[in-house]
Amino acid sequence: MFNPVYIAGAGVIASIGDNVAGCMLSLENYRDGIGEMQWLQSVHQHQLPVAEIKKSNEELAELSKLPVNTIRTAMLSKIAATEALSNSGITDFMGLRTGFVSANSVGGMDKTENFFQHFSKDHNAGRLRNVVQHECGSATQFVADKLGIQHLATTISTACSSSANAIFFGARLVRNNILDVVVAGGADALTKFTLNGFNSLMILDHLPCQPFDENRRGLNLGEGAGYIVMVSEKAAKILNIQPVCTLSGYCNANDAYHQTASSPEGTGSYLAMKGALQKSGLQPGDINYINLHGTGTKNNDIAEGTAIKNLFQPQYPKMSSTKSFTGHTLGGSGGIEAVFSVLSVQQGYIYPNLRLETPMAELPFTPETRFLKNVNVNHVLSNSFGFGGNCTSLIFSKL
Amino acid sequence: MEKMKIYINATTGISPQESFGATVYPESITQHPGNWFNSIEPDYDTIIDVKLIRRMSRIIKMGAAAALKCLQQAEIKMPDGIIVGTAYGCLQDTEIFLQRMIDYNEELLTPTAFIQSTHNTVGAQIALLLQCHHYNNTFVHKGFSFESALLDAIILLNENEMNNVLVGGVDELTNSSFDILSRFSLYKKSLPGNLYTSKTKGTIAGEGAFFFLLSNLAAKKNMAVLNAVDFFYKPQNSDIIADKINALLSSQGLSMNDIDVIITGRNGDINNDALYDTLEQTVFTGRTVINFKHLCGEYPTAGAYAVWMAALMLKEGKIPQALSSQKTGNEKIRTALVYNHYLNEHHSLFLLTAC
Amino acid sequence: MEKEKLLQDLKKKIIEKFNLKQQPADIGDDEPLFVEGVGLDSIDALELIVLLQQDYKIKLDNAEDGPKVFKSVSTMADYIIQHQDANV
Repeated sequence: MFNPVYIAGAGVIASIGDNVAGCMLSLENYRDGIGEMQWLQSVHQHQLPVAEIKKSNEELAELSKLPVNTIRTAMLSKIAATEALSNSGITDFMGLRTGFVSANSVGGMDKTENFFQHFSKDHNAGRLRNVVQHECGSATQFVADKLGIQHLATTISTACSSSANAIFFGARLVRNNILDVVVAGGADALTKFTLNGFNSLMILDHLPCQPFDENRRGLNLGEGAGYIVMVSEKAAKILNIQPVCTLSGYCNANDAYHQTASSPEGTGSYLAMKGALQKSGLQPGDINYINLHGTGTKNNDIAEGTAIKNLFQPQYPKMSSTKSFTGHTLGGSGGIEAVFSVLSVQQGYIYPNLRLETPMAELPFTPETRFLKNVNVNHVLSNSFGFGGNCTSLIFSKL
Repeated sequence: MEKMKIYINATTGISPQESFGATVYPESITQHPGNWFNSIEPDYDTIIDVKLIRRMSRIIKMGAAAALKCLQQAEIKMPDGIIVGTAYGCLQDTEIFLQRMIDYNEELLTPTAFIQSTHNTVGAQIALLLQCHHYNNTFVHKGFSFESALLDAIILLNENEMNNVLVGGVDELTNSSFDILSRFSLYKKSLPGNLYTSKTKGTIAGEGAFFFLLSNLAAKKNMAVLNAVDFFYKPQNSDIIADKINALLSSQGLSMNDIDVIITGRNGDINNDALYDTLEQTVFTGRTVINFKHLCGEYPTAGAYAVWMAALMLKEGKIPQALSSQKTGNEKIRTALVYNHYLNEHHSLFLLTAC
Repeated sequence: MEKEKLLQDLKKKIIEKFNLKQQPADIGDDEPLFVEGVGLDSIDALELIVLLQQDYKIKLDNAEDGPKVFKSVSTMADYIIQHQDANV
């Protein structure tokens, strides 16, 4: 027998807010977090807008109660994971088997970049403290230690679908009675490495991005973290938790087309969404809202859109890309968007897709451009697709 | 929970030993001079599609070749899932891109190294080579990277949504990673005559890429049964480790007396090995204990080497003479326990039995 | 620059850059560089854009011109000759 997986709470930090309430306020007020970089140091400062968290490392250290030399990703991770626990009403794990499944794409690269500048000239140069948290797993282990999570900590890195896979794996740990409580999601800070990487692919928008627009030009990178707390029925009772919703479906599929490009027909996206629906026992018509992967690149949006068309026609749910607010937060995006999806089910919110001017000619549907309240949202599908063809879809459902 | 039996249908890997394609454990040990063991690599051109190979860095080639060979041995064309564990990911491509970024001051950068620097590249390239649309995941958690990947595979098989999963542990050593880890005092300055008796600090750097085709169905050919995996972080003392070992064994209805061979992760670092010393004087007393890090060196996913070695020994039913200083009886070995820890933080146990 | 020499240079550079098994003579002047011909893809196109910029000081501002310019070694050479003349 498998345990049902309940969602107890959520926590987030992104360019549009330091917590769930802050993000919701920005979403409701159509206020994006995209602009000229303030903290990231790059020669592209004036050319490439980013969705940066409006805080210095010193300010984040204070907020996260971590030393200021901590890698930025770990600080973001701790802030959001701590909120997820307090939002769930968990102050003590009561001896329950607890895990932290986190994701990121470049670990401590913000510090490694600095180290490497010196190290590349002389292998005895560069301060070791700047590379000690380089590994992706370091951020997770460090935060798990601070949160007092002992039974299991692990890290997933599948590029832009990383944190959706962390939630997927975390859910299965509860489902299979390996753990009682799991905090799962992911984090990524902006780095010069990723900014230049995406720039070399020529898929960064020099203006605020326009996902699912006919004239979309590319994506804006962002930073942030998002986590949800998943508990078993037993843990919900012991911890006296009123579950918010459930994770009813999930699927991980691979596009197997190209290292970075999506197949034109969005095979991986289609299989992930279809598999998640099958897992949940739902029909396409049951989905009330899709939180799109919607990066704003030519290639992603047409592949995802085509897959949605093929799976959902002729009836399309409401949908939007919240990356038009938060930018693409890479390893954090699946977590952040899972938090938004949970809030959508819980509060009946549908989020707007900003800056949509001309709907894509190839698609028979148009994303929602208004913030809607009091909608009866029973099921939300959240898409996260990444390099390496890694595609994951999650479905959050009302209890 | 009722656990199903999990078979290792096939396994192979690339390492500092002649492991690639081996069906029995190689009788002779390949010696490496110095404090750095590099892999013995096959001719990749005969294994990997020429169209895809031209961009691949060393770790991607190692991982892809090991994965393809493992599937070939298992006679499986398309696995139901692909899971990779790697602590460091694709270091070489990461370094190339970082270097160019510095050299060209963020201008005139090309994407090839960047797109292959992501940690899921090995898993992704295997999927691409196979045109495999199935489950694909990558774990990157230090000394638990391979262990997490195995756990994921075991859960998938237990959930009975899949019948076979290709799972592997891969990590590469580069000039830079060696120099950085040396500055953290991880390695000895030179290789002593006997790694295990030098009583000095530091170990030997290693690397490797091993894949396993796990299945919840017995195939025509099986290497071994993977009975249980457990991993735990920073145990406070050796009693806790002993408890974990006993719990793992009793969960399988076994006791220490049933274990024919114990493979430990001794790496020659006096601090690191103290725990193994204690355990050999307590829970492991009277059992046959062998080591493996003098063969593959130390790296975060080295556990995969030990599991591969255990599977080959169980298939053969004996411990290769080259690996045991202890006199071993003629009795067929049927049960193997691997206990490994990485830097005293990440501890793992694997229990395997003969089919 | 003389086209014949340029063609040879480009073939050598392409082979080296993309780690191809072919010899320069194996690549036809008009052979398609992408997919069915030499077998390059969209990532390689981005590499070629940088190659133009770095080695020939020619900036291809619109990435969408890529397929036309990089159709074959010959089209690349024509583009270089054209734009180098324009720069003089």
